[in-house]
Amino acid sequence: MTEKPAMATLPPPDVTVTDMTKRFGALVALDAVSVHFESGTFHALLGENGAGKSTLVKCLMGYYQADEGDISVNGVTQHVTNPRHAHHLGLGMVYQHFTLVPSMTVAENLVLGEEGLSSVINWKEHLEILEAFMQSMPFRLDLNRSVSNLAAGEKQKLEILKQLHLGSRFLILDEPTSVLTPDEADQILGLMRQLTDENRISVVMITHKLREVEAYANEVTVLRHGRLAGQGYVKDLTHADLIRMMIGNEKISKPAVRTKASRREIALEIRNLVVGNDKGLTAVSDASLQVKEGEIVGIAGVSGNGQTELVEALSGQRDEESGDIFVRGEKYGKTRSEMRDFGINMLPEDPLNNSCVREMSVAENLAIRIFDQPPTTYAGCLINRGAVRRHGRDLIERFRIKTQGPDARIETLSGGNVQRTVLARELAGDVEVLIVQNPCFGLDLNAVAEIRNRIMEARNGGATILLISEDLDEILELADRIIVMFEGHFVFETSRDKADVHEIGRHMASHI
Amino acid sequence: MFGSTFNNGLEAVVINAAALILTLAGFGVFVALFGHNPLDVFYILYLGAFATQLSIENTLTQSAPLMLTALCTAIPARAGLLVIGGEGALVVGGVATVLVGVHLGHLPPWAGVLIMGLAGSIAGGLWIGAAGALRQYRGVNETIATLLMNYIAIAIMSHLVSGPIRDFDQVLKTSSWSIPESLMVSTVPGLDVHWGLAVGVATCVILYVIMRQTTFGFGVDILGGNPRAAQMAGLPINRMVLVCCFIGGAGAGLAGTMEIIAVHGFASESLVVGFGYAGILIAFLARQNPAAIIIVAILVGGISASGGLMQRRFDLPDATAAVLQGMLFVMVLASNTAYGRFKIFQLKAN
Repeated sequence: MTEKPAMATLPPPDVTVTDMTKRFGALVALDAVSVHFESGTFHALLGENGAGKSTLVKCLMGYYQADEGDISVNGVTQHVTNPRHAHHLGLGMVYQHFTLVPSMTVAENLVLGEEGLSSVINWKEHLEILEAFMQSMPFRLDLNRSVSNLAAGEKQKLEILKQLHLGSRFLILDEPTSVLTPDEADQILGLMRQLTDENRISVVMITHKLREVEAYANEVTVLRHGRLAGQGYVKDLTHADLIRMMIGNEKISKPAVRTKASRREIALEIRNLVVGNDKGLTAVSDASLQVKEGEIVGIAGVSGNGQTELVEALSGQRDEESGDIFVRGEKYGKTRSEMRDFGINMLPEDPLNNSCVREMSVAENLAIRIFDQPPTTYAGCLINRGAVRRHGRDLIERFRIKTQGPDARIETLSGGNVQRTVLARELAGDVEVLIVQNPCFGLDLNAVAEIRNRIMEARNGGATILLISEDLDEILELADRIIVMFEGHFVFETSRDKADVHEIGRHMASHI
Repeated sequence: MFGSTFNNGLEAVVINAAALILTLAGFGVFVALFGHNPLDVFYILYLGAFATQLSIENTLTQSAPLMLTALCTAIPARAGLLVIGGEGALVVGGVATVLVGVHLGHLPPWAGVLIMGLAGSIAGGLWIGAAGALRQYRGVNETIATLLMNYIAIAIMSHLVSGPIRDFDQVLKTSSWSIPESLMVSTVPGLDVHWGLAVGVATCVILYVIMRQTTFGFGVDILGGNPRAAQMAGLPINRMVLVCCFIGGAGAGLAGTMEIIAVHGFASESLVVGFGYAGILIAFLARQNPAAIIIVAILVGGISASGGLMQRRFDLPDATAAVLQGMLFVMVLASNTAYGRFKIFQLKAN
């Protein structure tokens, strides 16, 4: 095996990017951006979605070739042609989503990325090396544990350890805290900061969370629409400076005001619901809740604790094993006529895959709820494609969907506009019950504000809303009542007034 | 937008043409191995398929059942199923036609033919519908089920024609009873092609309209495009799948009826000549569009029609036409991955 001392005495790589430009067809994803990632610093790369952060690091890692510009590592100009090349320069990346093999142990996962691994693995020797490696780290994991038993925070640590073990000393972390509880996030970022302060590694963190930048980064580079919008030492910048750099002079609409609800009937009730997952295991155990009219109930939790299965059971995408769902006191069978009569609408996560048909046009996707009713039908069973297009054009205008036109395929739209299309479809009609999952995932600040406002307006209008989100800030902003979901159970419930972030965070991490 | 549709159409034409050219090139190598000039072979292919009135009639006769069996794959495929049971549904439809038809000699021909057509369609429809039900309610893979059901259908027919409904006066070939002569249909006026062609074209056109212009067709497109979106919209998925399977099976069953009432007059092994499998090829070539099936079926019918001539003229092995069809199938399936890869067909954003 290739023995690379993970923590050599040399300083970690010092990387400079000069005038980097990357185009995709007519789109300029990165426009003459220069950044100096100083050796041994914690550098945050801040920006909204689509600002060019990922493009920049993918060019660094050799996944993309920049059209113009240079990369130099420790003062030597490098033409990084592929990820392996980047790895040899000591550059490593930790992805937003885990790349571990769940059925293998920690040690096996650490070893499997090694280059030049011999056909017969001498586990005794490997384990000794790994043991010594762990001893040199500020955080440790038991080498013999199976990855499937690790909590999200531990998996994130393992991803980082894996990169360090493979010899990377310039770590790029892509939205590292998106799957962690607040406490786990603080712990991991704190450790990263400690390692940079000890000058053992350099860290680049891609993020859109200002709090993380302010608390942990030394330096920050802000990108907007592919251009450099500002950079500097975090200590010299205020919160307002960072926001201004991130969104420019665009105005963000003010949060909608929460009005006092008038009607208070229970409209949606889940009783003892049990739902399995794809592996046949129980994903939702004995869940019960009630949501009243004019109320938003927020379900918080770390990704993968049964939220998706719960939403699928409510949307008709998965059959429950037992338990019942009631809408206005009647058992809900998830049929089209019930959805129409009760005004039930859904904003599932990943809308392109969950509630759109890629090959269909924007107008057709907008018609999915109403295509079998006049005015988009005539003679009872014939579809009026002209009316479908008119309906589409109307919603495109009302919800400001950016598309080439009503006949463009929905898959040609950006993620934000797909989300907006589904929002238009689900909110345009009579909304009495709304089930929403991660509605703002990956959207820019303006879109986020707009979508949250529309949800709040629906609530103020008397709609019954169940909001399932992995973004605790979103829940805290919108929900009237907060429930924490952990391993398929509703483990904690609190009202909006009494909500305490740390208490909620603790319940997100485990039963207490 | 017109431009987008036009570009998509152009893309399909170019990709299919490229697949056809590559197929011919591969087939050229194949015949060259037997010591023939590929260009001569291609010329005979053309001669046998489209050059004269006789060859055109021959081609159209071949294509008639193919249009109907192609629907057996195409319609369920629009709902997201891969059904390859056209061969079995055709056989079942043919047997049902005979079983009903032998009792209808006293009826006026139009009534007898109508009832036999219904019998064949319903039998084929129930046959493939059963595969749809197995999938929706029992989780059985519809592709495997329909493949195996092909063998079952053929075995059922073999059993019936060799015993229960065997016509012992037919000594050359094991066959069933024959339907009354009065119920046999003739040819389309002006062409020496039986009425199966008209039935095939009409069925394809009607289904094109249904899939394109009705709310049912729109719902099926949602289901086939993304079942999760269909579930979320509360569409009656089980019913839609069963109906699509029934329609597809009915098409192949009707092909069986037409083979009986226009060609054979009785059920026998002659029904099992691969129309069902060629239909799969046609459905894929036509990208599951019933209107396009008409054109593609004629093209593939031409290969079948000229295959015999080609084999005899050049003394090529009997399987040669099948080799050509097989190569075409593989090329078309492989070319499906080429969609969206060529930038010139993609409209630029904004």
